Amino acid sequence: MAQDYGSKRLVVGAHYGLRDWLSQRITALLMALYTLVLVAQLLSGPKLGYERWSAIFSAQWMRFATFVVIVSLAVHAWVGMRDIWMDYIKPVWLRLLLQVATIVWLVGCTGWAVQVLWRL
Amino acid sequence: MAEHTKPRPGENMRLIEALQYKLPPAGWVSILHRLSALLMVGLLPLIVWLLDVSLGSEVSYERFSNAFIAGIGFVPAFLLKLIVLALIWAYLHHFVAGVRHLWMDATHSVSKQQGRISAIVTLASSGVLTLVLGAKLFGLY
Repeated sequence: MAQDYGSKRLVVGAHYGLRDWLSQRITALLMALYTLVLVAQLLSGPKLGYERWSAIFSAQWMRFATFVVIVSLAVHAWVGMRDIWMDYIKPVWLRLLLQVATIVWLVGCTGWAVQVLWRL
Repeated sequence: MAEHTKPRPGENMRLIEALQYKLPPAGWVSILHRLSALLMVGLLPLIVWLLDVSLGSEVSYERFSNAFIAGIGFVPAFLLKLIVLALIWAYLHHFVAGVRHLWMDATHSVSKQQGRISAIVTLASSGVLTLVLGAKLFGLY
């Protein structure tokens, strides 16, 4: 049996990173589809003003979709930003600091965006 | 473990050396994918703020559209438009480059030739779309 501990452990085939990789792809797909739906709505109908703009986002199914996309964005950006920090930032303390800052940044923005959405 | 700890070439490459590297189109798509991601995440509060003022109320919507005409606070309209243009490019590039990734993941078609062509298509299509939307943003049509 392949060794799964210590310095000679098998480093492939243990799904290392698969979940991150997959969640980044799936969230990307959701956001891409949402983009198409939003663009289709923007391009159809009369001249864009506050009425139509806010009507788009206050439709219940659109709120549902937008909420999913806001959460997807946070997950997607977390995986991507973590990749960037892991690739370029070598000192562990700085990397940890940046990762924590990223989480704070993303969670804060997510909360704000959700508040904008559900207040409509 | 010796073979795993051997330093690889380029491991300690300095940024200045990396910048002198001549990148193929696919390399440009890749690094711009990351740069566009950084730009969008860095400016995320601006994006949410734009959503906030544009959706808040009719009054705040006025403030939103006026920001692109007369500027807002210490930010002149021209600068705001320039930043939004950068965000538009970032989104488009990230979108197309992402679709290219998904397409390669799904079809496993990753020949050198296809990678080169799809990279050029990515750079060109996001560039052209940015110009089209940028012209609209700056009121050229």
